[in-house]
Amino acid sequence: MVKIKKLPEIKEPTRTLLSGNEAIALGAREMGVYFASAYPGTPSTEILETFARLPGVKAQWSTNEKVAFETGIGAALAGARTMVCMKHVGVNVAMDPLMTFAYTGTVAGFLLVSADDPEMHSSQNEQDNRNLARFAKIPMFEPSDSREAHDFTKIALEVSERFATPVMLRITTRISHAKGIVELEPWPTPEVTGFKHDIERFVMVPQFARKRHHEVELRLKRLMRYSEESSLNRVEPGKGPVGIVTGGIAYQHVREVLPDAPLFKIGISNPLPVEAIRAFAATVERLIVVEELDPFYEEQMHAAGIPCEGKRYFPIEGELNPDIVAEGLREAGALNGQAPEIHPVGVEVLPRPPVLCPGCAHRSVFTALKKMKAEVFGDIGCYTLGALQPLSALHTCICMGASVGMASGVQQVEGSKRPVVAIIGDSTFLHGGITGLLDAVYNKAPVTIIILDNRATAMTGGQQHPGTGYTLQGEETFAVDYIKLSKALGVKHAFPTDPYDYGETLKTLKRAVSIPEPTVVVTTRPCVLYPVKLEPEPYRVLLDICNGCGACIRIGCPAVILIEETTDKGLHKVTIDPDTCTGCRLCLQVCPVDAIEPVGEIEEADKSEAEC
Amino acid sequence: MTEQTTNILIVGVGGQGVILASELLSEAAMQAGFDVKKSEVHGMSQRGGVVSSHVRFGKKVYSPLIPAGTADVVLAFEAAEGLRWAGQVSEDGLLVVNNQRIIPTIAHTKDYDYPEDPIGEARKIVKRTLALDGLDIANRVGSPKLVNTVLLGAISGELPIPGEIWEAVIRRRVPRGTEEMNLQAFKEGADANKAEIEKQSSLKV
Repeated sequence: MVKIKKLPEIKEPTRTLLSGNEAIALGAREMGVYFASAYPGTPSTEILETFARLPGVKAQWSTNEKVAFETGIGAALAGARTMVCMKHVGVNVAMDPLMTFAYTGTVAGFLLVSADDPEMHSSQNEQDNRNLARFAKIPMFEPSDSREAHDFTKIALEVSERFATPVMLRITTRISHAKGIVELEPWPTPEVTGFKHDIERFVMVPQFARKRHHEVELRLKRLMRYSEESSLNRVEPGKGPVGIVTGGIAYQHVREVLPDAPLFKIGISNPLPVEAIRAFAATVERLIVVEELDPFYEEQMHAAGIPCEGKRYFPIEGELNPDIVAEGLREAGALNGQAPEIHPVGVEVLPRPPVLCPGCAHRSVFTALKKMKAEVFGDIGCYTLGALQPLSALHTCICMGASVGMASGVQQVEGSKRPVVAIIGDSTFLHGGITGLLDAVYNKAPVTIIILDNRATAMTGGQQHPGTGYTLQGEETFAVDYIKLSKALGVKHAFPTDPYDYGETLKTLKRAVSIPEPTVVVTTRPCVLYPVKLEPEPYRVLLDICNGCGACIRIGCPAVILIEETTDKGLHKVTIDPDTCTGCRLCLQVCPVDAIEPVGEIEEADKSEAEC
Repeated sequence: MTEQTTNILIVGVGGQGVILASELLSEAAMQAGFDVKKSEVHGMSQRGGVVSSHVRFGKKVYSPLIPAGTADVVLAFEAAEGLRWAGQVSEDGLLVVNNQRIIPTIAHTKDYDYPEDPIGEARKIVKRTLALDGLDIANRVGSPKLVNTVLLGAISGELPIPGEIWEAVIRRRVPRGTEEMNLQAFKEGADANKAEIEKQSSLKV
């Protein structure tokens, strides 16, 4: 067992400071949600981490978002209120079940939380998932802070049951990770009514699916009436000739800048309450739409014949903030002297791009691949940082699992004279790499797949997965064996290696790429941060031996630092930061002059000398 | 209660304890009866990146992000970060900088240099700049891990939050057994700031 600290039960109304993610988990519990599943992904991860700690619920990490969603469908059809959570790109993976679950509809409340990442703080794109709720024809709720994240979760689950439809709660990074004050209420006991089969509703073969599509269209009309009348879509009366239409986080930025303007606040953005907006439009001289990312409201308002302006003044790219909103409103002539213009002094300071941690086991693999001049097809995880200087040893990153298929594709067209490898983390391989590997075997693509097994979903905070041996709620379970799995998929040559042994890792990789068949290399070493952060076990540089060659600097370890002192040839020598060095020994293994030694050994030698 | 929103920007490098400090501050502001919002971005920052946490409190807070150039206090856990964010301090605001340098790997390339005198440069931008040896104070009190409580103490004099609320929040939020050390660290931070302010004003005379 891994001990998971349970959260105390809420027995009376409580006022507390919560992130949007925590507020959603608690709101779901207040509505009697019993089952929740997810695949970790920033900024959504903490929803399930919080929910899993609540007494009386079942929560699980699934292998990927599609499975999380399908497991959720099963639970909801069995009559358990259900929540599935994922980041925006995760919904792409779950699109297949989502599109048809919209047809069957649900039995118990089913909430899909889509956590979008405008600005791409930790993502490969910034797609606007409001488009997906509209595409799937399901209702969508857009909270603008933690309080609404909590309250809308509850209302969304009610709507889900009332209209028998899956619903989407669409949040963004600044909702997920911002904290605000939330009013919590006591919890009910969750119920599970049991699965009752209904073939015409749940078996989506053409003759039944056609009837269900009709039902979806009727349901949308009923939902439109609900959205038009809901208090979540409301007019906030105000002063001035310019009216604002806004929703989500943009609402807060607008109110920061224009506290008194007449405003239509959108809480349910699909179906969009166009008639209520039209009535509001009639009360103002001009209508300005402020929304983050795509012109989702604006285009629908134009289509409904409501005159308005929006993306003319506000960017489609990146996230909004009070300054960008103020600038747009100023340009639109809608500020009326409010929000004085402030020009802060711009200061240029060196950037701090994220780097692989000191002691990270991925570093030796990239060092070896660089030496081999390999073409490296990368994937989603910490190791994507292998693309950055000085390693610069990862050459693509598209989506979860893409490395395997892309490397195979290059080999199928004989597109490179260099060794072609795919590099993929353990959790990412289980999420989206297994089918790619089977495909490579089936189609005889001579690729080498490197599985970086660090026993955690590290990038998102060290979550469990089917390779770690523990569940989200801390129970012991089966842990997959990557070598056996590869062999079962038909890989004839699958090699384990210890990435802390640089020589062995290099030798193993060279051998793997020399075989003209699909091969697998599994590099196993736990992450330095999870489950427990490694304590420093420092090494040090013998400055009289260091020749300033820079081999240790080129591995890109933050603990290896250039110093002022130079060699006769004017090359800078190095030192090792004793507070962050974990003793992985990679620098020592690439040092050509043996100038690096463990601090402990030297101290012991000093001590024994003293004893003599 | 003041109508104005108080804006505090806490900045540093991943792993320094910026987020815990902003948690304590937000909690204390809520206990003091204010509406509170706080925002930062998790994720890549853990891998040695810049961390900035916006804490806003007042009668009613809308955006979780501090408008540019309106921070009443910028609290920097690291010297170059103090300079990076100095421009965000409002006209009569305060910049408190922890005199610690964390030099990123990128400074080893020829394209970038760590600033030579970040605090001196910051002073040119912010009149009220106070530098503190947070790590020294923390070590003196008992552990380098106390830096964030020292730094919170250093800005506490600027904030409309009573001492007893700070004490209650620190007692509740820090690891069990470290309460007294943390309270001492908080007090030392506040005292160091007072001493620094007195020194600065005597220099002006």
